[in-house]
Amino acid sequence: MAMEITQALLAAQSPDGQVRTAAESNLKQFQEQNLPHFLLSLSAELVNEQKPPESRRLAGILLKNSLDAKDSFRKEQLTKQWVTVDPAIKSQIKEALLTTLASQVSDARSTASQVIAKVASIEIPRKEWQDLIGKLLANMTTKETPASLKQATLQSLGYVCEEVSPSDLEQDQVNAILTAVVQGMNQAEHGFEVRLAAIRALYNALDFAQTNFENEMERNYIMKVVCETAVSKEPEIRQAAFECLVSVASIYYGVLEPYMQTLFNLTANSIRGDEEQVALQAIEFWSTVCDEEIAIQEECAGADEGNSVLHFRFVEKALHVLVPVLLETLLKQEEDQDQDDGMWNLSMAGGTCLGLVARTVGDAVVPLVMPFVQANITKSDWRSHEAATFAFGSILEGPSVEKLAPMVHNGLDFLLSAMKDPSSHVRDTTAWTLSRIFEILHSPSGTIIDQSNLPKIMTVLLESIRDVPNVAEKVCGAIYFLAQGYEDAGSASSVLTPYLGNIITALLSTADRADASSNRLWSSAYETLNEVVRCSNIPENANMIGQLLHEILKRLGQTMELEIVSTDDKERQSNLQALLCGVIQVIIQTLNGSEESLPVILQSADQMMVMFLRVFACHSSTVHEEAMLAIGALAYTTGQEFAKYMPEFYKYLERGLQNFEEYQVCSISVGVVGDICRAMDDKVLPYCDGIMSVLLKDLSNALLHRSVKPPIFSCFGDIALAIGEQFEKYLPFVIPMLQGAAELSTQIECTDEDTEEYVNQLRRGIFEAYSGILQGFKNAKADLMLPHAGHLLQFTEAVFKDKNRDEGVTKAAVAMLGDLADALGPNLKLLFKDCTFHAEFLGECFQSDDDQLRETATWTQGMIRRVLASKRRCVWVVYHRMRCVFVCFIHLGGFSVAEWQRFASFGRGFIHDAFAWDHFSVAKVHLMVIHV
Amino acid sequence: MAPPPDHRRPIKRAAISDQQRRREVALRLQADRRSDAQNRARQLASSVLSLGPEPATEPEVEPEQEMSEASGQLAGRSDFDPVRAARLRGPEVRKWFARQLMLPEWMVDVPPSLDRDWYVFPRPSGKRCFVVSSNGTTISRLRNGSILHRFPSNLPNGARAKDVSGPASSYSILDCIFHEPDETYYVIDMVCWRGYSLYDCTAEFRFFWLNSKLSETGASDPPSQYHRYRFNVVQIYECNLAGLQASYSGQVPYVKDGLLFFNKHAHYQAGNTPLALVWKDNVCSQYVLDTDSKGQIPSQQQVVLELQNDGNLTTSDDPPVALGSLSRDLIAQSGLRVGNLVRVAIKDERMRLVDGKLDLGELQLVGKTNHSRAFADTYSKVLFQHAARHAPLRIEDLVASIQSNSSMDNSQALDVEMEG
Repeated sequence: MAMEITQALLAAQSPDGQVRTAAESNLKQFQEQNLPHFLLSLSAELVNEQKPPESRRLAGILLKNSLDAKDSFRKEQLTKQWVTVDPAIKSQIKEALLTTLASQVSDARSTASQVIAKVASIEIPRKEWQDLIGKLLANMTTKETPASLKQATLQSLGYVCEEVSPSDLEQDQVNAILTAVVQGMNQAEHGFEVRLAAIRALYNALDFAQTNFENEMERNYIMKVVCETAVSKEPEIRQAAFECLVSVASIYYGVLEPYMQTLFNLTANSIRGDEEQVALQAIEFWSTVCDEEIAIQEECAGADEGNSVLHFRFVEKALHVLVPVLLETLLKQEEDQDQDDGMWNLSMAGGTCLGLVARTVGDAVVPLVMPFVQANITKSDWRSHEAATFAFGSILEGPSVEKLAPMVHNGLDFLLSAMKDPSSHVRDTTAWTLSRIFEILHSPSGTIIDQSNLPKIMTVLLESIRDVPNVAEKVCGAIYFLAQGYEDAGSASSVLTPYLGNIITALLSTADRADASSNRLWSSAYETLNEVVRCSNIPENANMIGQLLHEILKRLGQTMELEIVSTDDKERQSNLQALLCGVIQVIIQTLNGSEESLPVILQSADQMMVMFLRVFACHSSTVHEEAMLAIGALAYTTGQEFAKYMPEFYKYLERGLQNFEEYQVCSISVGVVGDICRAMDDKVLPYCDGIMSVLLKDLSNALLHRSVKPPIFSCFGDIALAIGEQFEKYLPFVIPMLQGAAELSTQIECTDEDTEEYVNQLRRGIFEAYSGILQGFKNAKADLMLPHAGHLLQFTEAVFKDKNRDEGVTKAAVAMLGDLADALGPNLKLLFKDCTFHAEFLGECFQSDDDQLRETATWTQGMIRRVLASKRRCVWVVYHRMRCVFVCFIHLGGFSVAEWQRFASFGRGFIHDAFAWDHFSVAKVHLMVIHV
Repeated sequence: MAPPPDHRRPIKRAAISDQQRRREVALRLQADRRSDAQNRARQLASSVLSLGPEPATEPEVEPEQEMSEASGQLAGRSDFDPVRAARLRGPEVRKWFARQLMLPEWMVDVPPSLDRDWYVFPRPSGKRCFVVSSNGTTISRLRNGSILHRFPSNLPNGARAKDVSGPASSYSILDCIFHEPDETYYVIDMVCWRGYSLYDCTAEFRFFWLNSKLSETGASDPPSQYHRYRFNVVQIYECNLAGLQASYSGQVPYVKDGLLFFNKHAHYQAGNTPLALVWKDNVCSQYVLDTDSKGQIPSQQQVVLELQNDGNLTTSDDPPVALGSLSRDLIAQSGLRVGNLVRVAIKDERMRLVDGKLDLGELQLVGKTNHSRAFADTYSKVLFQHAARHAPLRIEDLVASIQSNSSMDNSQALDVEMEG
């Protein structure tokens, strides 16, 4: 029943755009009209040996894309679609896929194995396609199976292991897979292709081998085979074997000990002499061991002695041999390595590993590295000099300041003079080393930089910033960290004041340099400028920063005049505008911290806003994220004045809120709504209908990135707090959303940290929304929230009981409880009496180290107590007032009997109405009246 | 050459990329400001208002009454709006402070168990004020919220001198009466001490704390350069016969203005409360009957009431009690606006009960009150003043009540039932 689609598939790859588009739309139409047959036709194409490889390949890709997507929502949709396809059709498709593994065409085989894994990832967790593993393994055990089928089969097994979670396979299936894979690695029996596929499959299967690695015999066998494979004659296979060892080090650190001697020899030999791609993996093995031991040490740092985590100190034990091996790699630089940021070679990997070793063992690394530094740093060839500097820079993090400070003191002058070395490699690494020194060792209270060496450091840096772009970029980094050392340092930051003018000038001209190959240097310059602004002493430098603001605004104006011909031009303009808006944002944030400097921003507010609007206007579709951030900062600073910009700004804000495709932009726009609400208060009201409808639309949009949802909920709270009772009309839409999200948050399974964090964020957003609404309604419309109080308490209790709850949620939840009690008052008395968790919850908060949390909890406790005590007080007050009145009338006298009766009955009725629902009987009221 | 493995970060990387940092900073600032805005709304922290974890800023809520009355009244009530509290400036700060004091009701009836549950002391004559010491200065504010003095004192953090205990920002709040003749602050209650809130503590505890803590500071020392005014504690008595006698006729270093009664178990509570009572007669006070704006005792009782938008004239109780009304014509004629405090005279024979409510009958508009006046009279004051003119509650009544309490405890038994 499959349709003939070869022509369409070929046409969809045509160089002729028109043909291609037509074919693509035909295929799409087919897919939409009849998905099962579309999939079936694709699989028929893929399996058919008569068809051209190109159409088969595309068929495979389309098939794969119909089963899986990066976007998690889309993926979910595709999964649902596949599950609903007629089982007969599905089984035909799967049969075709398995058959394709035996194809002569390698492309077809490899595509088929990927598609098999995708189907498996859907079906195996659902306990379907249970015979898949058996069928695949049968390919391996049959004698006459051709090598190509074995290779494709191993590949499939590897991919299946990659896609499926270990818990979805039975142990005997895992055993069989491991057996098949390990047999596939047998050098005597199999050729290159099969062995390569086998070792790669093993890499994916390692996660499944938990039980096997616990068993010493099985573990010994697997390790033996991998180690043997690591010395195979083909470098690709050796590389894959070392990749397995890296993975073993990370997953099974605890069982490595018996093999470490062998592994050390293997890796050391490989690092010294093997081909680069293999040696890199051998270095990676040690970097991974460092990662594990650093993690263990961090874990132990917080725990008591004698905890159960095994720490073998492999790095420390191997230190004397490992460090020299790594130092050798530093001398294997490449000529052009400084030109490419993503460069990864022996020297980079070696230095990176050395840095991790230093972090793992601390002081112990220093005496092993310093002789190498001293021996090489004065040599005239650039490799020795650069390697020595790189070695020194690499070990700055980890050892104690006491250990490093003397050496840095002694070496600083030398490093500064090396900024004039003829080799740009040496200058590049020297500048990087300086930036590391400033980053790690420099603080206002430290001794690395003082009045005696600061002038020289500044002179050298301001001169070297004019060096070639790659060096200038590192110098920017050095200035960045030099300034950062004075962040939040109060008056100590005055030390930089004499240099500030020159630093700003130098950075501005660096940002103008035409010789930069990419805009990396510009962005380094502007971003360093940001840090310099953040760390400068305000108000001392408020005027200078004010001048900088004018210069940046001027530059932003100039970007609008750039000639835009190509998309590259457009991108450059956009990047530049982003950087400049970033600087403005930082200037606003820095200056609004003090009363003295605030006028500097307020004077330029109009001008800034005009610029931001122009930035928005020159990008037709997207909204400029950085400009949005800057506007948020400006709104906060201008307060109610911001209202005058709203009519113009609103359309861009709305555009930003609607931009769910670029979720960062959307998320930032949502944040800006909060800033605006806080700035404008109820003046934001005229825009609220628009904003709310976009936000509600966003929330119901399944394609919206989930990370934007929590901020939208918080934003509801911001709006409600700003407009108070006017929020009422949104309640019918907002409450169901909040309740739905609350329910969802209790249903999501927290399988990983990301999900856990998301659930926490979501809940925090929900609580913040309720807090804002309750506070906004408190004075006039609190009753509207009464029907939701029960649900809210239940939800809070569920959150309280969740062991994954983080501090942020705790705070928001406790605050919301207080708001609930505060806003609804005695109406909640029975509810609060019935649910007792709040006492326990508050008790937990009082144990916290967080002052703010304890303070909030105290407040909430007060609010709840007030609710619980509410009636008693009323009794008192009413009782007392009544007595006052009665006594007074007795004194006044002159009432007729009828009037007395009316009064007495009023008193009774009045008190009866008020307290009828409690134990306050009419008889007692009567008694009281009589008593008077 | 291939890029590094995904998770491996090269050590010699570009040092900085701060777009993400800016984004994070912006998000953090937004979160902080949201939490600030909400917290300020909760009055947890506000530069001018820090009054401890549970500032009793809300006027007392009496929901049972509200339910029985029109719920629309809720909105009209002069509730303190917490959202605005965060942004208080100048006059609003005064207004806010004006609501912080615990205001005794007037005693028109002797409470049960006076001798067991109450304290008594002679009230110093003078200006009732809140004294706040914090950050090296001391500020006193009158009941209408305006500043009386700003001065250095020996109270904790009350002067720019080194104070060894606790952070400079921690504040202390005292409820005082400033007695002009000897320029002394007589402390009648303690609300916060070194940042520790006493709002939730019983009067018994507050007085204990006041007596033990104030003497530690040297606040009662004679004035000096860093201690402009002396703070004295008022002698507080158990309200038994001896205590009442001592308060009523004993010698005190200040001019007496009636007696104050505090219920021992009551918390400090802003606004009017029946758990603190004031009583006076001609022996212990020069001013038993209210004077008019010229300082004369008028022939007819005059009452200060607040004009509501329905023309009703109400007391400053919470909720307000309407005691009469003005016609639209009269309001228009006299140029009064909603919220104005007006002084009215009562024709005694007209005061009567209508449908269970006190009606002052035809009110005679005397005029607007002077500017510094912040509140209308309370219901209990109107009654007390009326009683004072006709059938005053005498010291003998108080004595008799104490004597009868010790012999026959029936009203106390009733009280226990009531609290259930």
